[in-house]
Amino acid sequence: MLVIQCPFCGPRPELEFAHGGEAHIARPSDPASVTIEEWGAFLYLRKNTRGVHAERWRHVRGCGRFFNALRDTTTDQFIATYKAGEAPPASATGGAV
Amino acid sequence: MSQCRTETGGRIDRSRKLSFTFDGVQLYGVQGDTLASALLANGVHLVGRSFKYHRPRGFLGAGTEEPNALVRVIRDSARSTPNVRATSVELYDGLIAESQNRWPSLKFDVGAINDALSPLLPAGFYYKTFMWPRSAWHKLYEPNIRAAAGLGRAPEGADPDSYAQRFAHCDVLVIGAGPAGLAAAQTAARTGAHVMLCDEQAEFGGSLLDDPEALIDGQPSAQWLQGVIADLKARPNVTLLQRTTAFGYFPHNLIGLNERVTEHLSAPHQNLPRERLWQVRATEVVLATGAIERPLVFPGNDRPGIMLASAARTYLNRYGVRVGKRAVIVAGCDAAYAAALDLKAAGITIAAICDVRPSADGPAAARARAAGLAITTNTTILGTRGRLRVQSVRLGHLEISGSIRPGVTVACDTVLMSGGYTPTVHLYSQSRGKLRFDSTSHVFVPGTSAERERSAGACKGIDGLHAVLADGAAQGLSAAAATGFAGSPRHYTVVATETSGIGIPGALPQPGKTPPAKAFVDFQNDVTSKDLALATREGFESIEHIKRFTTTGMATDQGRTSGMNALGIIAKDFGREIPSIGLTTFRMPYTPTSFGILAGYARGDLFDPVRRTAAHDSAAALGAVFEDVGMWKRAWYFPKSSEDMHAAVERECLAVRNGVGMFDASTLGKIEVVGPDAATFLNRFYVNNWANLAVGRTRYGILLRDDGFVYDDGVIARIADDRFHVTTTTGGAARVFALMEDYLQTEWPDLKVWITSTTEQWSVVAVQGPRSRDVIAKLVTDIDISHNAMPHMSVANGRICGIPMMLFRVSFTGELGFEVNVPAHYGKAVWDALYEAGREFGITPYGTEAMHVLRAEKGYIIVGQETDGTATPDDVGLTWAIGKTKPDFLGKRAIARPAMTATGRKQLVGLLTLDPQVQLEEGAQVIATPKQPVPMTLIGHVTSSYMSSVLGHSIALAMIKDGRARIGETLYVPMPDGDIPVKVTAPVFYDAEGVRLNG
Repeated sequence: MLVIQCPFCGPRPELEFAHGGEAHIARPSDPASVTIEEWGAFLYLRKNTRGVHAERWRHVRGCGRFFNALRDTTTDQFIATYKAGEAPPASATGGAV
Repeated sequence: MSQCRTETGGRIDRSRKLSFTFDGVQLYGVQGDTLASALLANGVHLVGRSFKYHRPRGFLGAGTEEPNALVRVIRDSARSTPNVRATSVELYDGLIAESQNRWPSLKFDVGAINDALSPLLPAGFYYKTFMWPRSAWHKLYEPNIRAAAGLGRAPEGADPDSYAQRFAHCDVLVIGAGPAGLAAAQTAARTGAHVMLCDEQAEFGGSLLDDPEALIDGQPSAQWLQGVIADLKARPNVTLLQRTTAFGYFPHNLIGLNERVTEHLSAPHQNLPRERLWQVRATEVVLATGAIERPLVFPGNDRPGIMLASAARTYLNRYGVRVGKRAVIVAGCDAAYAAALDLKAAGITIAAICDVRPSADGPAAARARAAGLAITTNTTILGTRGRLRVQSVRLGHLEISGSIRPGVTVACDTVLMSGGYTPTVHLYSQSRGKLRFDSTSHVFVPGTSAERERSAGACKGIDGLHAVLADGAAQGLSAAAATGFAGSPRHYTVVATETSGIGIPGALPQPGKTPPAKAFVDFQNDVTSKDLALATREGFESIEHIKRFTTTGMATDQGRTSGMNALGIIAKDFGREIPSIGLTTFRMPYTPTSFGILAGYARGDLFDPVRRTAAHDSAAALGAVFEDVGMWKRAWYFPKSSEDMHAAVERECLAVRNGVGMFDASTLGKIEVVGPDAATFLNRFYVNNWANLAVGRTRYGILLRDDGFVYDDGVIARIADDRFHVTTTTGGAARVFALMEDYLQTEWPDLKVWITSTTEQWSVVAVQGPRSRDVIAKLVTDIDISHNAMPHMSVANGRICGIPMMLFRVSFTGELGFEVNVPAHYGKAVWDALYEAGREFGITPYGTEAMHVLRAEKGYIIVGQETDGTATPDDVGLTWAIGKTKPDFLGKRAIARPAMTATGRKQLVGLLTLDPQVQLEEGAQVIATPKQPVPMTLIGHVTSSYMSSVLGHSIALAMIKDGRARIGETLYVPMPDGDIPVKVTAPVFYDAEGVRLNG
């Protein structure tokens, strides 16, 4: 069971959280203007990263807030967690997310 | 006292005799014995039959590495445990143990025929031998192989014991309380860090318990040990856990510990849990898991009386048991000499010491020579004799030319072997740490860590008591420092016979090119060096494949005794180095772990929470039969005396159609959406237009996901300009709430909206039917409930029985209906009052089954029954609900894709069987033309099917390709008894004009 640093509550065990898939996938602001391919990509295309992955978590059995995390998918180690809407800390990723 | 037991010495209490039975024979041991040491004290070596060949087997080891001595321990009629290692069972008075895998008796076992047949049963024989005829596999071969295979018998009946679970946190967790672990724990504890120390054995001390001669800081090891334990016990920042196995290393330093609380007690208190699971989150972990001696691989190396040298030393020094009278020592490692010296001192004749290596000149060998023991080097073992106990070994001498000269046969009753020590890296490997091959000691040792852990002592290949203590102290200090606690280094002075643990991996040299039979590598799974050679000859190259083909390293052994020898043999066969062969993955649990501690308290009523509505007891008193919906118990139907479900549902439906019924709708999900942007939010979220919904009105809402498929539905009421009461399906409440939070928090954080789950705040009673207004009129105050004041799809606040109420005029039945919402705790009182008030109108409680029939008669869908995650609003005929002028809502872009409106999509329709009494099966497929050959062309499926009492015939809803265009056609539902013809209709079967809603 992982320990996850909620940006609002601090370190808590994984069982308080729900995984929310890849982070930084913004819903197009004007869906009517995007092509079917773009909409399909928004819905379904994900990176499936091996290595440092930006992903969403929700502290569902805690404060209820969504936030983002950088996690290395090969080691399960968290590099950073940050609030929704914020950019990933560049120093933590080496600029490669 | 038997002559096998020494007069003095060991860590046992000879004055406390314990009685036990093995295979029905009463024997005696003493306090401090294991089942293994007590059996050996009684001269019992034969304790089991091997897995495949049913060969007689004795003890190989003295601890958790034991592969042979698996027994069944029986406490009473309800409590028996198969496949327990006798070496890990603490003896208690009255213990009952039985051997396994033998019939009719351990000494005479019919299954031993397999040993004679062994040339026919090589590795993987079952894949090849039983190929013909094909049909015999399922009927003959597999059942018989399965009956013959397997070890032990599972206990019957439920486990009567209880199991505890708890969480713990610490700065430093030290796993293993041998010299390295004790030094680490004590050093870390002195810094003030919170330290937990666990050990799988009954007593702390590890290898020190086998080494009474050693002096540490001028004290005999036992005295030093006592001092260290007393010091640790006295410290408030230290938690000590004996009989506690660290069985799993999980991510982020979560360690699973299995504490055996009562297993060693003769009469445990009934309130004590049998075992306790500790989930320990440690900032730093020190692995001090020690090392395990390897057996040597030579023909006949598995007879009772042949054991690890370290085990014989443990039995003697710790338990005061001589394992035999006349021993041959086979050395591939200097540790054998320490055992030889101790056994000689205890009066055991050392018949020969054969060292397979070219020279033996370590300090232990020198001491052995000084004690008058003769050592022959360059010596191998060519074979052994003895049916139920070893009687002799045949020596062979390695010539410089490489050939082997046969030597003498030496009579003996004991053979002690030492192939070197294998560091116990199981937990390290589970932590995803990378192992490194040490080419000096020919073993794998911890390399690069993945977690905040460090290994100390023998488990990282360190030899010798002084070096182990020093490393333990250093690792304990560094672990504490990593958690922010500083301390000073510790130094020890040690006087002991230091032996190197370096040995030889692989098999002892044998004459000839083909490997000998019956030279066992994996004792537990009866895998021989010949089997491994067969695997490599058959082309298996990956160690993972060889493991699966030969079963080496499987079951409880997990490579403890077999792993490195198997690798050595395979590497030699391939002419490659061991690291290039690789290692099989170590997985949890380290030792077998009961399901009991994993289940813990989550058994019986505590297995899964049950949700009951406030009116549950009233429904139960009315005879309700309940069904599980999610975690809820929902009233399914209310049978009267002799009614079956069909009769009850028919009566309940007719009551709603002709009079009045009442239904507990409290489980519906309820979400309050509040804020100045509440209408804007719902406009973006649901497909409908909410901006024009007046306060006091309700509307049926449909929720899609952004993929355009129906996700949930429910009635939404506007309570105030900035306040909506949203209902969801019973099962969808949590996920709809989560989806709302997701969009509010991450897509539209600018919206001023607050959402609250109110599912459990409201009790809801639906009163439905032409007389429903008459019933509630008797109880409702503060609201005009006439049709004009409160039309269909309206909501108002008032009181019922004086209790504040939110009253909905809504209908999921097609009849005039109301839903009474009251604060949850009034639910039972209001249900009871409505039931009393309704009696004069014949009010009939109805359950979910009648509710389903009633809504199906009206063609109302149930999300998840008519829809399956691939249905659009148009597919289920709900296009009318979509707010066409809205620029955006969830799923709008997706349903605009051409594919979403293309022909060939399944659409909701009704089906009527030509024979009104025939009811279709839900889930049945639909075809266009009858009598099709398989595979048929399937054009849809039945989603709902009921007998409609008001219509007098069966009805069904179905999703059919281009269904709306097929209305009027006859289709077929293929069933085993033939095709059932059905007529396609619109999905509304009853009161299509909806006049009854306005009653």
